[in-house]
Amino acid sequence: MIDDAPAGAIELIGATRGEIVTPEKILRGHKVALCDIAANEAVVKYGVHIGYATKSIPRGARVHLHNLASDLDDRSGTLDLHSGAPTDTASAYV
Amino acid sequence: MSDAIPSKSWQGFLRPDGRKGVRNLVLIVYTVECAQHVSYAIGNGEEDTHVIGFPGCYDNAYAIRLMLALARHPNVGAVLSVGLGCEYTQPEKIADAVRASGRPAEWFFIQESGGTRASVVKGKEIVARLRAQIREETPRVPMTLPDLTIGCECGGSDGTSGLAGNPAVGAFFDLLVDAGGRAIFEETVEMIGLRELMLTRAANAEAKQQLAAAYDKAERYCKSVRQWSVSPGNFAGGLTTIEEKSLGAFAKSGSRPIQGVIRVAEAPSGPGLWILDSVPDEHFMQFGYTNPNDTEGIMDLISAGSQIILFVTGRGSVIGAPIAPLVKITGNSGTFRTMTDDMDFDAGRVLTGQLTLPQAGRELADLVVRVAAGGASKSEGLGHREYFIMYKHQNTPSLSEGCRA
Repeated sequence: MIDDAPAGAIELIGATRGEIVTPEKILRGHKVALCDIAANEAVVKYGVHIGYATKSIPRGARVHLHNLASDLDDRSGTLDLHSGAPTDTASAYV
Repeated sequence: MSDAIPSKSWQGFLRPDGRKGVRNLVLIVYTVECAQHVSYAIGNGEEDTHVIGFPGCYDNAYAIRLMLALARHPNVGAVLSVGLGCEYTQPEKIADAVRASGRPAEWFFIQESGGTRASVVKGKEIVARLRAQIREETPRVPMTLPDLTIGCECGGSDGTSGLAGNPAVGAFFDLLVDAGGRAIFEETVEMIGLRELMLTRAANAEAKQQLAAAYDKAERYCKSVRQWSVSPGNFAGGLTTIEEKSLGAFAKSGSRPIQGVIRVAEAPSGPGLWILDSVPDEHFMQFGYTNPNDTEGIMDLISAGSQIILFVTGRGSVIGAPIAPLVKITGNSGTFRTMTDDMDFDAGRVLTGQLTLPQAGRELADLVVRVAAGGASKSEGLGHREYFIMYKHQNTPSLSEGCRA
């Protein structure tokens, strides 16, 4: 997203043109699926494989830490969806 | 206006090895944390005087070579090295290596100079003398874009960094390389996932081999230490995986061929676009840590001779650097508005269609030339001189090939 977008129709101005409908608010810099993606399928952005879907992602849905994980970084599935903060070292603070 | 950038000229400072600086600084170098307070007290309030050093008492070949590269940097005219008196790292040898490059240099131990107050008085006298000497003796020469080596780092990245901030630098790097200058980018740990894409950019077979080796080492390193170069702020800014962050980070490289891989404290051997490998080499102490924060990466880029650093930050950062002015670019216009005192360039205008990427590259070139000609970048004007180096093992180039004369 090049700017914050409310839920609803979003205009696509990149290589893919047209419109996509998202059920939730998407913040600037975040992203949505341009097509349906099956669980365990590769997620591709600008032609680069950026990880795999940890669950099925419908077209228009937000794509982030709750449904996309790195192929390499094994901490990638342990982060808080909203703040991005780590959860696997929580015990070190208590 | 902007089409004439490659021929724009300004006055620089000629060094004995033929490189040209955009500043004429006295550099204070401390050789252990115990000498840090005195060194900053000497530098405090002194014009054109910056401070670097190494905190460890046990010496480290990597850190010594890095400090020598900084002490013989084109923006540095003279050096004062300050030690406590017990440490392994030798201020006298630092002064010797600097003198061998044709620059004036002095050194002393605090223990032999009467403690804090007397050392600060002595240090300030030396700084004043060195500064007067280089202001008087350093030849002024005209500089143009091909005389510049520019390093780029990104930090506090968000989803706009790959869409606008880094591509704007990429557009400028294309322009700089076409003019015959040197462009350096680093963070091979932020090229993870892009092996094939990187290799297609190699200028020749040797460069391709160097790129493959640097990539493979970075991936082994990250797997080995379970540290991938992606942080909570990146996630909050919309980036989900290291592979996705890499895609955006690599955009700062522009589109020109990559000539090869240099190491910390090594200057590129010719013009063009280069990758700096700052990942530790495999060693008996294992890998250790690679750059634990943005500042160490920036010091590495300066050690390769970058006279100016471009720092791309989507979420916003306030840091500066000693030795080389640091110019901040954000692809996030919201960040530009909320941190306007700290941000030099709003590349977010590319996202709203106010500016094309080539226009952003040319505007950035204008800004770089203004800073090179003596105009303070935002962080420089605010007095930001964040500095950090650490113990690391990397097979270092020889002093003559790496740090030049």
